[in-house]
Amino acid sequence: MAKGSKVKKEDSKALQGIEDTAKDVYQKALKKQKPSLKLPIRSLSNVKYKAKTGFLELANQYKIRTLTYNTVKGFAQTLKMMASSKELIETNDHASKREMYYISKNWSEARFDEQTESDTVMDDIEAMMGVNREQLRFIPEEKGGEVAGKLTVIDRDRNTEKPIRIDCTGFGSGAYSIPISVEHLEFETSAKFILCIETAGMFQRLVAHNYWKTASCVLISMGGVPTRACRRFVRRLADSKKIPVYTFVDGDPYGIANIYRTLKVGSGNAAHINQYFCVPQATFLGITPQDIKDYELPTHPLKDVDIKRARDAIKNDPFFKAHKAWVNAIESMVKMGVRAEQQALAKHGLNYVIDEYLPQKLKNPGKFLP
Amino acid sequence: MARAKNTKNKQKEESKKPQIKASLAKARAAKSEKFKDTDEDLEKKAKKRSSAARSGEDAESMAKRQREISVSEFFAKNRHLLGFDNPRKALLTAVKEAVDNSLDACEEAEILPVVRVELKRLSEKLAESTEEEKEAALTKKSKRRAPTPTERFLLRIIDNGPGILPAQIPKIFAKLLYGSKFHRLKMSRGQQGIGISAAGMYGQMTTGIPVRIYSKLPKKDLAHFIELQIDTKSNKPVVLAEKEVKWPETFKSGTIVEITLEGRYQRGKSSVDEFILQNTLSNPHAHLSYIDPDGQKFDFPAKTKDLPEIPKEIKPHPYGVELGQFHRLASETSAKTIKKFLCTDFSRVSDKVAEAILKEAGVKDQAIAKLAPESLNKIHESIPKVEIMNPPTDCVVPIGENLIMETLRQKTGAEFFTATTRSPSVYRGNPFIVECALAFGGELGADEPMQVFRFANRVPLLFQPAACATTRVLGRIDWKKYGLNQSKNSLPVGPVAVLVHVASVWVPFTSESKEAIADYPEIKQEIRLAIQDCARKLSIHLSKRYRAAEAARKANYIDTYIPFIGEALQDMLKLSDKQKDTLIETLRDTLEKSKIEA
Repeated sequence: MAKGSKVKKEDSKALQGIEDTAKDVYQKALKKQKPSLKLPIRSLSNVKYKAKTGFLELANQYKIRTLTYNTVKGFAQTLKMMASSKELIETNDHASKREMYYISKNWSEARFDEQTESDTVMDDIEAMMGVNREQLRFIPEEKGGEVAGKLTVIDRDRNTEKPIRIDCTGFGSGAYSIPISVEHLEFETSAKFILCIETAGMFQRLVAHNYWKTASCVLISMGGVPTRACRRFVRRLADSKKIPVYTFVDGDPYGIANIYRTLKVGSGNAAHINQYFCVPQATFLGITPQDIKDYELPTHPLKDVDIKRARDAIKNDPFFKAHKAWVNAIESMVKMGVRAEQQALAKHGLNYVIDEYLPQKLKNPGKFLP
Repeated sequence: MARAKNTKNKQKEESKKPQIKASLAKARAAKSEKFKDTDEDLEKKAKKRSSAARSGEDAESMAKRQREISVSEFFAKNRHLLGFDNPRKALLTAVKEAVDNSLDACEEAEILPVVRVELKRLSEKLAESTEEEKEAALTKKSKRRAPTPTERFLLRIIDNGPGILPAQIPKIFAKLLYGSKFHRLKMSRGQQGIGISAAGMYGQMTTGIPVRIYSKLPKKDLAHFIELQIDTKSNKPVVLAEKEVKWPETFKSGTIVEITLEGRYQRGKSSVDEFILQNTLSNPHAHLSYIDPDGQKFDFPAKTKDLPEIPKEIKPHPYGVELGQFHRLASETSAKTIKKFLCTDFSRVSDKVAEAILKEAGVKDQAIAKLAPESLNKIHESIPKVEIMNPPTDCVVPIGENLIMETLRQKTGAEFFTATTRSPSVYRGNPFIVECALAFGGELGADEPMQVFRFANRVPLLFQPAACATTRVLGRIDWKKYGLNQSKNSLPVGPVAVLVHVASVWVPFTSESKEAIADYPEIKQEIRLAIQDCARKLSIHLSKRYRAAEAARKANYIDTYIPFIGEALQDMLKLSDKQKDTLIETLRDTLEKSKIEA
């Protein structure tokens, strides 16, 4: 994307939103009124879940941030960042979250002292405009995730726009990296399902043994909680090719309530963009609390923080509350008081996961937890 | 102390005895802890031998050694009681007694005082002590047994007072407990008739050089010169030389006192310099000048041409009279009957009150000469049972709020000043008045303990702050509410100074050296109320200042960020610079108005 190219249609929503907000502030100020910004409240308390749509979406609580003595600094920073975003769009450029933080260092007194401050303002603008931050031309630092298996990704050359075909079977013991922006990608695949894996270690084992070939699937390494790009990639792939998504994570509250929940229905404090960044068709392969018993897996005791996370999920998370099966599963895990990692299957032999566990599980995908 | 003008002196040595005995007991107690000199130890032993405590004595043998102790002799041994306990303090005390006398004399003669103090070093100059040594010397915690090295000084005090009748000079300057002020109740610096003669005696004891006095009366052309010694055994002056000389000054009347004495000159806290300086605070009507031992000249012209109101002399109030004094007054009165005595020799005693007292005592009015001592005791006992009006209070004169504030301003360079003068009040039948000034901020050190300037009848008190009622009251006030740090029961820390002046017809001191005001509840209460009043005003000032600073800070905060809003909107909406400036102005106005609500 070269600088100075014309404003694209997909950018118009972001531009329009920025201009409308700026105009509103300007008009009110000239009328000697105190300008204000209307922001959706970004927290789990302002999130609802409908099984029909399949993701966490924002409820309708807003906060009005009026320009006063106390808010003048935040107000100035928000408007400055909107102006930066507008400039980025108009020049067809982008800035990473970290870069945005450094850009603010030019704003003398209005600069951000910590990146967490600028990230928060960025999330506010995103929520206010109802667009995702990539559209505002702000991009995350983190890696999107890795892909191996029966998939060809069709990307485009940055300068010539010519298609580039990427065969994800051709990386040997390595893998294809999901780019930060995935909207323009197209796919070709004969895979029967997508397997999203929590740890790089397990992903490596499956890649090394060409499990994707055996099982005819696409393997995705999420590396912990999946990034937006990773979620969007899986979503677009699954949607366009109508194939199921299975999730294979550690059997602990973090794997369930953070990694899986975020992949499937999005995150709590970015609910304004979950619509795009979720994979509602994902289901939970393992490791389930029942697996721990059935496969006699070695365990670790749940720590206090695990128990708190589990209880919180049952009590406050609209997604788990909506699924009785999940409530039961989590409760049983708390009752057992133990957790088991993916790699615990190695107790039965290094390739037990490939030869026994996954095939057995995949015989009954209908029994996967929702 | 003693100036002879208009003095009807009725002093009788005998009447002093009970008081001296009391002082003696006190002195012994004080001596055992204060005096560690070998000389003093010897004296103590000699004294012990002479006192009648040995076995094998009978009343007759003891009687041979029992004799009257002269006041002068007593004070020669117990000079610490008068403030001559170390060379440094002795020098200051001598200056103080002389200056007090000069100012008292001028005011009494209704002359605006001009007082000059000259300190001339007659010996080699000694190096100044370190701060620690000074502190140790002041607090008497010095462990050194060796006597402090001393210097020799000629102290000259010159005033433009009324002068002294030649016949009175010897008694005033060389006889202890001779004075005009002990037997009356009038607000003045001196009270007892001890100080100046004690200073002279100290000089005589340490250098052997007699005191020299020049006195010029307004109607005479020449001044009267006298050289004096005190005979400590008999407490009588010895005139060594006497002649008429040319008056070296330009004033038409006045007195010059010259005392040669040993002492130690040091600058800083509790120094002669500080004493002179503080005197300018409490005596804005006086023109003071000072030449220090290094020849440096200081001149402090009067800040006002108004002589302070002359305090009225009052008769003692019955509530404040002790039994001994009561007996003495009864024996000295010119009244014929007991009732007449009560009415004429005391304030606020009407016929009715006198009758009530006598009725309460069960004593009939009769000729005073025939009255039995027991009846006199009874009458004294019944005084507190009768309600008597408080004494008149026009006999105490404050310096004045404006003047003490002004002096504090010059002394401290602070930014805020306030002062309070209380209404006169009464302790033990003695009227007194308290005034207080407070300074805050400016050049005052924020991390230093509160500066305290204490005055009693316009005299600066430089020693024993911890023993003084003023300091005790200050330590008990909760200064934390005024934003100062304070550990329990001690002076607060912060940029603050206070001046406290207690004026009374009889200021109660903790000792004859007049260094600290005694702990009378009535006096402490008045000091507390005066200071609290000042502190309240400080508090109002501080909260006003805080609000102003807060408003400025908020305005500044708003001004800091509003331009960024302008910039951002200019970028996004492609505004012209003029539009941007208008926007910034408008926003600023809107916020400035609303911040008061917020």
